[in-house]
Order: sequence, then C-alpha cells, then structure tokens
Amino acid sequence: MSMKKEIRLLILLLVLGANVYRAYSAGGAFGIVISVLIIVVFIIYRLEGIKKEAGLSILLLVLCTIVAIYNPKFLQAINLQNLARQIGAFGIFSIGLGLVIITGGIELSVGSMMALLGVLLSMMLTEWGWAIPLAILGCFAVAMSLDFMHGLLITRMNMQPFIVTLCGLLFYRGLARFITKDETKGFGTVGGLDSLRYLANGNLFGIPMPFVLLIIISLITWVLLHWSVYGRYLFATGRNAEAARYAGINTRRIITMAYVISGALTAISGIIFAFYTNSVSPANHGNAYELYGIAAAVLGGCSLRGGEGSIIGIVIGTALLQVLRNLVNLLGIPSSLDFAVMGAVILIGVMADQIFAERRNRRQVILMRESARADMRPANPIAADHSGGTGE
Amino acid sequence: MNPDSSPVLLMKGISKRFPGVMALDDVSLEVYPAEVVALIGENGAGKSTLMKILGGVIEKDSGSVRVDGQEVLIRSPREASLYRIEFIHQELSVLDNLDIGANIFLRREPTRGGPLKLIDRKRLYREADSVLEKLGLNLSSRTPLSKLSIAQQQLVEIARSINAGARILIMDEPTSSLTLTETRLLLETIRDLKAHGVSIIYISHRLDEVEEIADRAVVLRDGRNVGSLERGEIKRDRMVRMMVGRDLQDFFVHAEGARIGNGDWFSVRNLRTLKYPQHAVSLSVGKGEVMGLAGLVGAGRSELARAVFGVDESLASDINLAGRSLNIRSPQDAIEEGIYLVPEDRRSSGLVVDFNVRENITLPGLERYATAKLINSAKEAAVAKEMCRKINIKTPTPEMRAANLSGGNQQKVVLAKWLALSPKVLIFDDPTRGIDVGAKAEIYSLIRDLAAEGVSLIVISSEMEEVLGISDRIAVMHEGKITGILSRAEFSEEAVMRLATGGKG
Repeated sequence: MSMKKEIRLLILLLVLGANVYRAYSAGGAFGIVISVLIIVVFIIYRLEGIKKEAGLSILLLVLCTIVAIYNPKFLQAINLQNLARQIGAFGIFSIGLGLVIITGGIELSVGSMMALLGVLLSMMLTEWGWAIPLAILGCFAVAMSLDFMHGLLITRMNMQPFIVTLCGLLFYRGLARFITKDETKGFGTVGGLDSLRYLANGNLFGIPMPFVLLIIISLITWVLLHWSVYGRYLFATGRNAEAARYAGINTRRIITMAYVISGALTAISGIIFAFYTNSVSPANHGNAYELYGIAAAVLGGCSLRGGEGSIIGIVIGTALLQVLRNLVNLLGIPSSLDFAVMGAVILIGVMADQIFAERRNRRQVILMRESARADMRPANPIAADHSGGTGE
Repeated sequence: MNPDSSPVLLMKGISKRFPGVMALDDVSLEVYPAEVVALIGENGAGKSTLMKILGGVIEKDSGSVRVDGQEVLIRSPREASLYRIEFIHQELSVLDNLDIGANIFLRREPTRGGPLKLIDRKRLYREADSVLEKLGLNLSSRTPLSKLSIAQQQLVEIARSINAGARILIMDEPTSSLTLTETRLLLETIRDLKAHGVSIIYISHRLDEVEEIADRAVVLRDGRNVGSLERGEIKRDRMVRMMVGRDLQDFFVHAEGARIGNGDWFSVRNLRTLKYPQHAVSLSVGKGEVMGLAGLVGAGRSELARAVFGVDESLASDINLAGRSLNIRSPQDAIEEGIYLVPEDRRSSGLVVDFNVRENITLPGLERYATAKLINSAKEAAVAKEMCRKINIKTPTPEMRAANLSGGNQQKVVLAKWLALSPKVLIFDDPTRGIDVGAKAEIYSLIRDLAAEGVSLIVISSEMEEVLGISDRIAVMHEGKITGILSRAEFSEEAVMRLATGGKG
C-alpha cells in the first residue's frame, strides 16, 4: 500500500522533472533550480525522523550552493551583505506575522502600515522637528495601537482577522496618501539622522544592522514562543481556542497580545525600510510586503489553521525567499518570473511539509498500536473480570 | 420478519480494532426486508462502529458484508448509497442555510439538462412536496430549514434518505434530542416506512422505544454479539441483563452513608443560564459528596455546568464555597477557586488533541511549573509523568499526541489536568460517553476516590445505571428546572425518569 504510494510519488516527480527540464532548455536556469529543489525535497522526504527546520536549512543550503556554482558573484561580500540586510528587514516583521498566524489569524495591513509609518516618520523628523527618540516612540505607539485595535475587533467583536486587517490594508494606505497629499516623503540629506541611517544601512563588524537586529529579535521571540508560558498558551489558543478557554486561558488577551507584538515588530521593520529606501512614496512603499511575510511564515512551517510554527522556521523561510529573489537576479532569469519562482518554491515546500506531518503522525499511531498490543491485559480487576465473562 | 424471504443484509464476522481497543470482534447481523432491527448495547459496545462500517464511514479489518446475497465492498457513504443504504446520524447532517427542498435533493438535484446544469426548481419542489406528504409532514418544501424544529429537521433528513431510494435505513439514536410527542411522530413514521418495505436498523438507548417498535433486537456487548431477541421476547429486563452482562452493583464501589451532613459546602443559588433565563436554579453539594445530575438531553444540565465554570455567561448567580461567596465570570476565576469542569466534548473542549499528553496535562497549571514566566521543562515533565502513572493513562510516552489515544485514555488526560491542581469542586459532564468498559470502571473508581478525599463532585450523566450507581444524591432536571432531588433511599429508575420528563417527584 505505502510502497505503491511512493512509486506513484516517484513517477509524479519524474514527470515533473522532465517537464522542468524542457522548461530549462527553453527558458534557462529557472528549470534547473526547480528540478534540483524537487530532488532535494524528495531526498529529505526519504530521511526518517528529520525535523522540519533541519529540512528547510538543507533546502536553503542547497539553493545557495546552486546559485554560487552558477554565479560566483553570489559569494561576494557586497552581495551577501545586501542579502543579509534584506533578510533582516523582512525577517523582523515576518516574525510578527508568524505569531499572528499561529493564533489562527492573519495580518494583511503590514505593508500599508509601513507606508503610513514611513511618511509619519519623515514628517515627524523633517517637518515637525521631533527628536529622534520621540519619533521612534511615535512609530511604535501608532503601530502598536493600530494592531491593538485589530486585536480588540477580532476578539471582542468576533470579527474575522482577514476582514479586519484587509480594511486596515486599505485604510492605512489611503491615510498615508491623504496626509501627504500623495507626495513622496523622504529624509534626503537632512542632518542629525545618522543613528537611524546606521540602523538601516550600517554594519556592525561587517554584519548589516538589520540582520543583527533580526538575530536579537529572533532570540527574544524564540524564548517567548518556545519556552514561556505565553508561547504555550499561544499554541493552545491557535490550535483549539475552545479547549484553551476551558483550561482557563484568557484567549482574548493572548490573541490581542500577538497582534500588538506584530505591531511593534512592524514598527521596527518600518523604520528600517524608511531609511533603507530613504524616500517613501505613500502609494507604493511596502506594497505587498504582508504577502512576503505570510509566505515566509508558511514556508517556515506555520499553518494558517493556527497552532503551528516556529521562529527558526520563519527566519529560514524569510532567508529562502530572499535568496530566491537574489537568484532570479544572479542567474539571469527574466525578472518577470520573480513571483513565479517564489510561488513554485512555496508550493513545493508546503506540500513536502504536509507529507512529513502525515508520516510523523503515522509513526506515532504505529507506536501507539504496538504499545496497546503489549498492554492488552487490562490493569483494572473489574474490567478483567468482565472481559472474562463475555465468552458465554 | 418474514422467514421465507432471504435477508436483504447480512454482515458476518466483522472485526475492527482501534488503537488500544478491540471495537468489534467477529460480529454478525442480518436484516430482512421490511424489518425493524434494534441494535442495542451500552455505550462503547460497538453499535456505532458496526453501523459506520455498513455506512462506509470507516473500513472493517475483516469480515464480509452481503446485500441481497452479493458480497459488497463499501468504502464510502457514496458507495453505501449505491446499495441503497442510508445512514441517519445522531448529529443532524442537514444544511440549515438551505430550504427543505434543496436538502431533500442535495446531490441529486433534478436539472433542465444542457451544459449549465441549471436546477429544475419547479420539479424539485414538486417532488419534494410529495415526499413530505408521504411522510405526513405538513410543510412546504420551500420553507427554510432554519425555521424548523429539531424533530422536523430530522424528518427532513429521513425524507432525503427516502427520496434517495433507501432500502436499508440506519438510524443512530434518532430520538436523543426529541420530546416525547416528537418521538411518537418519529415512531409513526418508522411504521410507515416499514409498510413501504424499507428495512430499518434502529440504534437506541431508550428501551421502551425498542420494546414498542422493534421486530428483533440484536444485543452487542464489548464489541461482540451476545444474542438476539424476537418480537415477543423484547422486554426491558431481558435487554438490560444481556447488555450489561453482570450485576450492576459490581461496577460501583459504594461509600456507605452518603455525606449529606454538610450539604452546603458548595452551593449555587438562583443561577439563570442564557438558555433558560426564566428559571433560577439552585443546587448544593456537600464536601465529599457525589451529586448526580440526571435529565434528558437538552434539559439544561450542560448549560448549568458551563455557567458555574464561567465558560458561559450567566444572568445572575450566587455561588458559595466553604462559606465564601465567589464571583465567577470566567474559567480563570473558577480555576482560581479550585472549581473545575470536565466538559461534555473532550475532543473539542477538553483537550487540544494536537498537543501531546504532557502539554495537555500541564496546560491549566502551567504558571505553577514556570519561573519568571518561563516554563521549567523538568518540572513540567515530572508532573506529566506522575499523573500518567497515578491514574494509569495508557500511553507509551507523555510525548504522544493526545489524538492518538483511545477515548478512555483521552478522558483520563482531561481528568489529569485537574487532578494535578488538587480540585475542591469537580464537575463532570457525561464523563464516560463513548469510552470502553475498562476505562469506565477506572473513572468510576477515581470519582469515588476523589469523594473520599473530600472533593465535591457533580456528575452529569445520561446513563441511568451510571447515575444511580455513582451518586450519593441525584438532582433531576427538566427543561431548565431542577424538578427534584432524590436521596439514596429514593433512588429508582422510575423516580428519575418521572422527574426527567417533568412529572412530580
């Protein structure tokens, strides 16, 4: 039965591979990348008991190796630094989105919120003459209170997260354009902002600051998610809110907290992006960034059904996505295929994850059956007595 | 039954094993045309499993199923339908966002033909109306389902099966949520169907219904056939003896001399639930006393339990424990006071089934196993392991996903959650539903142990034997009111039943 299934899978992969090869001969490196990835996923699939994050890391390494072989420029310091900077900036808010996704929710307004924060930051610093700490505080206050509101609407009014944050996506974008009269805001060469510029564009011992920040933040959130009481409650709430409530968990507070944390991380990413681009066009800044975040989280093992995911997974997911974007550039794949590559890789990743999960559970069920067989004699004398009496 | 005809259905040597329990062991069942066969047995006897196999919901491990003498393989409800076997589940499976006609014709919509497959609405409603008429339902098939009572919705479900050409109709506890008059109507319908040549397999705990309607009763116990009774032999006593297979008293270890001396240790006064806001309910339980809470489904027992635990909002209540007045507005408040609930539906409310056993056990008390809000894994693992050992949770390791445990062991995990927090008051909502006999006995003895330790217990139960066996006193509810409280001397099935149906004690 399972043998048959695996043969089917192998045939499917061969057919896919053949098609991909044809695509390669017609279209270039895109095909080879996808086919190698499929083979790697298949190999990982054959390995017993491998952890999700380990599998993803292997995928990431293989991907980097392919790109490095095809184009040695990949390993140049300037490219790696740039890549790390992108991973840092995208990774920070993706972690926030991941936490929200673990509650079973979603946050679609991240990109718009960053546009709003970007223009506000520019106005606070260059037009209203606020001090830097005050402006940063302002960004945090705006992002966290908006997300607090999302949390309240979702938990108190029982509104669907998708809808609440979709309205946020539209509303904040509109607001950003309105308060700027649709003009691009920026920091130009205004003096006195070096510390913030350093945050986005500087390096610490050669490591880009956003990446350093990502490492710090992922360490903190890793402890929060995987070692703290809050983290456990978050998983319980996301997996089964009713059971969590019956266990005495204040699920409303847990969910709202996740949105607020996401808001804070969005603020950090927002400040970085504002100074990274140095000019913020309210209509385009941060467009579709929420989708990058969702993609990274899902690729990293978060389930949109909630209750599943890890910080390491989200970070590796972000890295994978950014390497893919980098690869499209370096391998001379038409940049119009940018999204297609990402879509294909995410699909394959999530598919593989699904298969792993089923295998893991099958193993547990088998273990359970074996132990039940070894344990057939009931421990309770009443039950034993009783089963003896049914043979009449 | 017509002895000359051959059986329309013959199930032979059916076996099915679930992790940790042999659900069916060499079970056979035959059904003749136009026969009403009652399938009876305790919860966990294997009735539902057998019928799910017939209905294509689950696969059998071994055995054969013959329809009209032909061996058949039924792998899905769709395939069961091909052999004109229809299953009416205990939970309604009608869609209440559609109207009656749409429900009756679901998946069989008459079309006008053509590539668009437009629905022939006129024909649909006309034919649906005639099916309703045949069943004696005086309703237009354009009525939205949401306007119907539960009983009427159930009849719509039957109408759907009839319209699909059902020859064998499986009914799993069809009367469990019906009132007495509605039950009458359903039994009438069954006689009608029988007259039209339909065979019915009728699963019910209500033995008086079985006495009234069944041509033959097949009894299962612990996944095996224990015998079958013909029309004249179907009597309540005989059925009970065959179902239980032993003297009930063996099951229940009784602490002699009920502790009603301090009957006010835990008390609920004037509680109004959202479902029955017109009735104020009062109930008090002594320290170390087991208060059974009996009544029919829908009598408001679960609502009462949830309101006390703070999961449901209550309109007004006055809850006292050991002389102190409590203000319980959420489960957190109740847990703080040592008042815990083992809920009715363990898979959706009692457990996070995707969590492992350890995570489930420590969930409500997690803060106790944490330092500075960070979980102390060693402490957590020790607690989980200790609880598994203490109440004999059968799992190879506490890291096993709760979903993979048998029902009885899952229920023990739910219990372990609360036992780890030393309860003062423990409310059980139907604690032994759907679990095997061995685990059941263990849970009964746990309940007695807790009582002996001075915990006050409220046990909601729909099984007469259970509630009579386990309780020190029994409070009986009917339509949101407590209609009477029986002391041990007054215990009898008749007394409980009378109060449960709204009669005077």
